[in-house]
Amino acid sequence: MIRSTCFPVLFRVLRRFFSEVRTDVRECASKPDLTQEASLYVHWPYCLRRCSYCNFNKYIPKENKDNIMTECLQRETETLLQLSQVSCITSVFFGGGTPSLADPSTISAVLETVSKQASLSDQAEVTLEVNPTPAGKMKLEEFHLAGANRFSIGVQSLRDKDLRSLGRDHSSHEALQTIEEARRLCPGRVSVDVMFGLPKQTAESWEKQLSELLTVCDDHVSLYQLTLERGTQLFKQVQSGGVSMPAEEVTAEMYQHARETLHQHGFVQYEVSNFARNNSESRHNLSYWRGKQYIGVGPGAHGRFVPLGEGVVAREARTQTLEPDVWIREVQQMGHGTRRRIQLGRLDLLEEVLVMGMRMTDGISHKHWELFCPQMNLHEVFGESMRVQELLLGGQLILDDRGLRCSWNGLGLLDSILPTLLAELQGHRCRQLKKYPDLQWRL
Amino acid sequence: MSVCLVTRFCQTSSILSQFKICIRKSQRYNSSYAVSRHRWIQSLSVLPGITFRRTSTQADKDSVDLSKFPADRIRNFCIIAHIDHGKSTLADRLLEMTGAIAKTEKNKQVLDKLQVERERGITVKAQTASLFYNYEGEQYLLNLIDTPGHVDFSYEVSRSLSACQGVLLIVDANQGVQAQTVANFYLAFEAQLSIIPVINKIDLKNADPGRVESQIEKVFDIPAEECIRISAKLGTNVEKVLQAVVERIPPPAGSIDEPFKALVFDSNFDHYRGVVANIAVFGGRVKKGDKMVSAHLRKTYEVNEVGLLRPDEFPTQKLFAGQVGYIIAGMKDVKEAQIGDTLFLQEQQVEALPGFKPAKPMVFAGMYPMDQSEYQGLRSAIERLTLNDSSVTVQKDSSLALGAGWRLGFLGLLHMEVFNQRLEQEYNASVIVTAPTVPYKAVLSSAKLIKEHGSEEITIVNPAQFPERSVVSEYLEPMVLGTILAPDAYTGKIMSLCLDRRGVQKNMVYIDDQRVMMKYLFPLNEIVVDFYDLLKSLSSGYASFDYENAGYEAADLIKMDLLLNGRPVEELTTIVHRERAYTMGKAMCERLKDSIPRQMFEIAVQAAVGNKVIARETIKAYRKNVLAKCYGGDITRKMKLLKKQAEGKKKMRRIGNVDVPKDAFINVLKRKEK
Repeated sequence: MIRSTCFPVLFRVLRRFFSEVRTDVRECASKPDLTQEASLYVHWPYCLRRCSYCNFNKYIPKENKDNIMTECLQRETETLLQLSQVSCITSVFFGGGTPSLADPSTISAVLETVSKQASLSDQAEVTLEVNPTPAGKMKLEEFHLAGANRFSIGVQSLRDKDLRSLGRDHSSHEALQTIEEARRLCPGRVSVDVMFGLPKQTAESWEKQLSELLTVCDDHVSLYQLTLERGTQLFKQVQSGGVSMPAEEVTAEMYQHARETLHQHGFVQYEVSNFARNNSESRHNLSYWRGKQYIGVGPGAHGRFVPLGEGVVAREARTQTLEPDVWIREVQQMGHGTRRRIQLGRLDLLEEVLVMGMRMTDGISHKHWELFCPQMNLHEVFGESMRVQELLLGGQLILDDRGLRCSWNGLGLLDSILPTLLAELQGHRCRQLKKYPDLQWRL
Repeated sequence: MSVCLVTRFCQTSSILSQFKICIRKSQRYNSSYAVSRHRWIQSLSVLPGITFRRTSTQADKDSVDLSKFPADRIRNFCIIAHIDHGKSTLADRLLEMTGAIAKTEKNKQVLDKLQVERERGITVKAQTASLFYNYEGEQYLLNLIDTPGHVDFSYEVSRSLSACQGVLLIVDANQGVQAQTVANFYLAFEAQLSIIPVINKIDLKNADPGRVESQIEKVFDIPAEECIRISAKLGTNVEKVLQAVVERIPPPAGSIDEPFKALVFDSNFDHYRGVVANIAVFGGRVKKGDKMVSAHLRKTYEVNEVGLLRPDEFPTQKLFAGQVGYIIAGMKDVKEAQIGDTLFLQEQQVEALPGFKPAKPMVFAGMYPMDQSEYQGLRSAIERLTLNDSSVTVQKDSSLALGAGWRLGFLGLLHMEVFNQRLEQEYNASVIVTAPTVPYKAVLSSAKLIKEHGSEEITIVNPAQFPERSVVSEYLEPMVLGTILAPDAYTGKIMSLCLDRRGVQKNMVYIDDQRVMMKYLFPLNEIVVDFYDLLKSLSSGYASFDYENAGYEAADLIKMDLLLNGRPVEELTTIVHRERAYTMGKAMCERLKDSIPRQMFEIAVQAAVGNKVIARETIKAYRKNVLAKCYGGDITRKMKLLKKQAEGKKKMRRIGNVDVPKDAFINVLKRKEK
């Protein structure tokens, strides 16, 4: 394997060449067939330390396995791309874990593997999650050269006290420097992640922090309310009464305030937790919410795609083996570490389309729905339900010529709305099946 | 179809006892097996001469001729005990020792056939087993009638007692005399039966049989020497019990030479053969082909089959005076085999035996299908279940929120829960049960209403139909006399609980130096839902409770409505004592608040008497409820959760715009611990 610093540059040139020769990105995107394209998620499982709130699939490595990991990521990418038979990868996302701990050559190696099998446009979004540590900052330029063209920076908080209690290994000062460097490299393509609803946080301190953030951030902000996950250190602390979390009224106020403030600063909310200006939405994440195919590579990664290579015609929910060492072994032996495959029925798929689509402020357009459910339009499925009518009259939900979506207020209550919509969808299907037993709802 | 096969199958679950285990395993699934077995049983009963072809036990190898068992070789007895004192275990041992069932490790609650009985470890339905026992060289026929332990089923106990001359009164060597021991003792005592006290579980580490003997002496006036100390689990001294049955219990009266006369003390419904009546023969004999008359309906039937219950049906040629067994005579409806009815031969009319008072339902609740499309299915399930449980009363009812349904009357709350569980388990029905209520009475003052109802006094089983104060001269509520036994350390707590439930103490005695027996007069509605649970928990499980009905007393009753966002919920209307309206209203609002999940809007939960709101709770609206992060890897987990909620949503009832879970209707009456 070539490991030189000049390789990434060479690679970018090559990639540009390939993309011209092979397929144009526009052509790729205009193909209506859902199975022709996919996005790619690459999971880097290692972290330096455990954050107190995180229940994600991450491991503190005892020895450096970066090289093997990189090889296996490439190998699995190759296998799954073949399996999916997609001709175009629309975006790539390196997440983790802490992918900024990986060597930049890992990024280029994976991208190279992708380019060998499918078209990956030069314009395609390649995001890397970055921990804003000095080490992370130092490597940004190399990551950029390796092919990353968007950085998502896990700032989490601008208060050092919060960062310490969350178990993060960076300071607010380091975060600001990392943002600056990232913006220098990829202007307009830097996202910052911040959390609210932290232990002891008040609405005022959150508002102040957000204003500070707005002076330094680029064109994309992700706001996450801290969720207590079972099994985390923070969960135990809260259970034992050692740490208190802000009440729901307070977090609701924080959320609403943030939405308004961001709006005033020209940010458009396009999803429950995501805001962008100057068309800087994350293409990769949008493709999840729009029910597009995605391929998950790496330990514990999830995917949703049709494995055409195996002759299967239905979309599958696929999960890769969780534990990195086991996953490595499986990839070395079989070329992939897929642990679980569940075929999604027609209804399962529609349910996912609904649940994911409703997270977007645009909701589900009629065209979007028709792509997955040509038999029955949104009005037919939801329009007659009494409970849906109540949501429409109550102003939480909107069903009109554009499609189905949440109102400004409704979006913050989405999880109370979705069970009603799901029950309606399921009920509707049952009624249809009763009426027309021959109706082909399955693919 | 398959449902009735399974039921049928359970009833006759083993003819060949070596098949027993495999049959039980396949009960639920193998209906084709049930069909073939059933045919086999039928053919068995029509072929003369092979009726005793049972292979597993000693007695079966001989050709049993019941005429060899004159009355003086017969003993009819019951086992009565407080819950968990080991009644069913002793029955298992007795069955094993007399060869009625094979002796295996797996004989647990052999007589408890219903799934609900096995799950809850209780006996709901009395069962009968005939045992052959050799005593001093003579063969005896011992008829054991197993009885339910819980107070709700005490009418089953008294029915069973009527067929007996003696009882085994089981008392746990560790727990000592408990409330149901007392209640059951008095049932037997009043029926003038011989009582053999048996102290069980002497193998337990904390067993103190000496103390229990002195309790028995003190409370029941039975000399300590008469107690038999046993361990039913290990089989210790169980033989002595059998000997005592022969020695101390008198044989049944009645002679073979008298005209045939039998008491129906229980009945079951079999979908293929009609009614199977359990009878105690008080005189004469009966055989297949006899023409028999029921004293109650004066209808004549031809006897198709008679036999013993061992514990499964075991056809015989004849049944003779003093014996206990079953009879099948082409009765198509359980109502034809009225419990307490007398049967006699067409040509030899006799005077009817004193019957029983029909069991009176004391707890009423609405029962509605989860979805109105399930109405027909639920109706047939209820019909079929009440065939074997004639103590349940059924009347049609309907409600705005829940649609068409029924108002059912039960003997007690456990009876209601058991019925509900059987509906769900044996008939796969899903039901909403509304808050239980007791039968109140009102003495009407308006002449017009009296004329309308045809009587001055009316019984109200549905709170929604509670007549207004202005047309009533007096309201009456049902009372019970409760017996509580507990270690004296808990007396204070128990007394304050009883006071809180409007109980009036009638009597209090020490049954030994630590245990106290208290008698309280309670309004039934105060104890019907959760009194026993609370009593148990405040006494760390040591207190026991039983009650008997004690007529009606005048009471200052009012109707209390519950409102969700200003809308009264008819199903939650309750009748309360005026003095308790405020506390009850507050408690019910609190319970309802806990039962109803938060929704997107605020929900006011109010209790009101007339137009006056007396209590209010608020279920706050969700201000924010959305998962922050949801990307590729998070979907599966989120979908699972949401689908579960969607499923739950379908199971909720909508009242106005509020989703109410179905268990809220019954939880609302359960009072919280203080």
